[in-house]
Amino acid sequence: MYLQLTPRELTFRDEVRAFLSSSVPRDIREKMLNDGRLSKEDIVRWQRILNVKGWAVPHWPVEWGGTNWTAVERYIFREEMQAFPAPPPLDFAVDMIGPVLIAHGSDEQKRQFLPRIANLDDWWCQGFSEPGAGSDLAALKTAARRDGDEYVLNGQKIWTTMAHYADWMFCLVRTARGEKKQNGISFLLVNMKSEGITVRPIITMEGDHEVNEVFFDDVRVPAANLVGEQDRGWDYAKFLLSNERATIARVGVSKARIRRIKELAASEYCMGRPMIENRRFREKLAAVEVELKALEMTQLRLVAGEEGNGRTGSSDATASLLKIKGAEIQQATTELLVELAGHFAMPFIDNESQELVGDCWNGPFVTPEWAARAAPTYFHWRKMSIYGGSDEIQRNVLARGIFGR
Amino acid sequence: MDFRLTDEQRLLKDTLNRLIAEQYPFDRRRQYQSEKDGWSRAAWARLADLGILGVLLPERYGGAGGGPIEAMIIMSAFGRGLLLEPFFATVVLGGNLLTLGASEAQKVLLLPALASGKLLLGFAHTERHSRHDLANVATRARRDGLQWVLDGEKCVVLHGDVADKLLVSARSGGEDQYDEDGISLFLVDAEASGVSRRDYRTQDGLRAASVSLTDVHVSSDALIGTSDAAFPLIEEVAHHAIAAICAEMVGAMEEMQEQTVEYLKTRVQFGAPLSKFQVLQHRAVDMLMALEQARSMAMFATMMLGEKDLTERRRAMSAAKIQLGRSSRFVGQQAIQLHGGIGMTMDCKIGHYFKRTTMLDLQFGGADLHLQELAEMGGLISPGAPLPRMDRPIVGRSL
Repeated sequence: MYLQLTPRELTFRDEVRAFLSSSVPRDIREKMLNDGRLSKEDIVRWQRILNVKGWAVPHWPVEWGGTNWTAVERYIFREEMQAFPAPPPLDFAVDMIGPVLIAHGSDEQKRQFLPRIANLDDWWCQGFSEPGAGSDLAALKTAARRDGDEYVLNGQKIWTTMAHYADWMFCLVRTARGEKKQNGISFLLVNMKSEGITVRPIITMEGDHEVNEVFFDDVRVPAANLVGEQDRGWDYAKFLLSNERATIARVGVSKARIRRIKELAASEYCMGRPMIENRRFREKLAAVEVELKALEMTQLRLVAGEEGNGRTGSSDATASLLKIKGAEIQQATTELLVELAGHFAMPFIDNESQELVGDCWNGPFVTPEWAARAAPTYFHWRKMSIYGGSDEIQRNVLARGIFGR
Repeated sequence: MDFRLTDEQRLLKDTLNRLIAEQYPFDRRRQYQSEKDGWSRAAWARLADLGILGVLLPERYGGAGGGPIEAMIIMSAFGRGLLLEPFFATVVLGGNLLTLGASEAQKVLLLPALASGKLLLGFAHTERHSRHDLANVATRARRDGLQWVLDGEKCVVLHGDVADKLLVSARSGGEDQYDEDGISLFLVDAEASGVSRRDYRTQDGLRAASVSLTDVHVSSDALIGTSDAAFPLIEEVAHHAIAAICAEMVGAMEEMQEQTVEYLKTRVQFGAPLSKFQVLQHRAVDMLMALEQARSMAMFATMMLGEKDLTERRRAMSAAKIQLGRSSRFVGQQAIQLHGGIGMTMDCKIGHYFKRTTMLDLQFGGADLHLQELAEMGGLISPGAPLPRMDRPIVGRSL
């Protein structure tokens, strides 16, 4: 056992830190520190900086732009980006569809898409969930009928993150009715400019437009856009979901937020003293930090390949544990942020116009920028224990690990 | 980073697991508990024969030169086996105090005897109001010519009833009862004149004693280290103790988790095994998560024993104790609940593990005291600039 980062790993970490300090655009970092919403342009700008450096898709094979880093190095890179903070890569592109194409795509698909994913020339969205198929994903109904060299799509997807930016969607469609509902699903790449696609915004409770409904009305998709074999899409979807493992806990994100909370709490006052001197607040913060440190170690155990992989039974189960705890901790940090903002969390600032909503505003100072985002951030991240397999589904996965079946 | 065991470490782990499985089943433990000392001298001798008692001690004194990882492996195995023997008191506390603080002559004299199982030690430090405050020492030490004279009361000295020698902390100087300066450490023969011990069984079936010292005279070579300067040594050993406690708790929690899963698979209610009920599955999963987080923090504590920066080490130890305290309380309470009535009985193993982890949480500061400490130290994550200090919490100074 060697329970420290090796000298080589520490050198690598310093190299990543130096790169981030010199390369993350200041305005983007500011936005992230304040939990501001990144624009499409922000994310594209950062991805292209990474691509110039050769770090856009470090976990891919070298021939497609990968780096040959070890699992621990990849972890360090992600963690440092999150903690800096720098924008996360568009995971639908580099973590989801990229690896699927590398493993299961045709040569033509790889040549066409992979370099464009690395440079974020195409914006990708994920078409998995449907109104009747959320946690029970295999219950999906969107149908693709083969018609000559094309598939014809009809149906509806929901919760499609940033579909309004998207050039392409990878989606699961039903191509056959099997005895098992997991059979007969296919994995298609759909050009979002195709005729018959309607994207309709869903406004979430914090007032933001991030997710959408997508409707397919006789949308024609070239058969060449089928990934792998017809009717075997479920296997590729499972492969895709298992790739989330390395980043799912988002330890660095929580670290960055806690660091930010501490900084702010030194200048926010309560009963004549900085909030950071409020014992109750400080203890709550410390309690979250302990869980976070434990999660970081748990994640490192997974990444560095612990013998026997703990007692969770499988690495899938460990990933579920990371998802649940990671979400709990992130949600706890957003709660602390609201508590810190106190009454300053109340003014409603419209995210689109960046303006206060109401008629009685008579001056420039209403609320510090970070405090204006505190409540929306808290509201927004309630989703974390729901998406990507809800907490309850993750517990079912873990339960299968320990009870067998 | 590498979480894999070396060949030697795996051998140690396998040896211990085999030994405990073969020679320390639960009903045998019950027999051992009824022996005179409340544990088995024969089992102790076997641990000595296998070299386990010396694993952590330096090679030149008859040990194997093991470090924190070996300590973690041993304590974790003992936690699973729910051992009664005085390994923690003698080797982790006593052995570390001597290895880190004693003179060459003292080590040569004592450590080989420790490794061979012939010498039992007790750490007589805790007092009526000291709780987690390691500097709170009221027991007095005064010089009398070439001798020292000790007076005071020590509480809950683990295995103090059987200890051949007691390591006694006493105040020989300093500003007041709470000063880190002015504490000295003495090696006192348990049978010395003026030492009286009152021994008892603890809630978890182990043994402890209260020790009173009245006009106890010891010679100058009984002093461990330098006079008035024992606090750093005591604190460092407390950190080793915390890491060891964490590892033992992990072992005990593993057993509770596995037993509970087994029970849920076999116990039939409403026509189905309990494991078919989703609400119970999810409880078992939550236990597992608490266990895995605890395991991670036990490793963190182990890793941080080598940390040179004292503040960082203090933070780490507090953090580990918080996680283990919280996790073990959760796992233990759920294990009892999921076993139902049977879990409440003396015949069921679960209760014994629950009692053990509950007692372990109380040693060297419980979860809440450490949370207070960690918050005071500014938590684990640095904000960039140092945080303003809160008023230092007053621990153990009332009454």
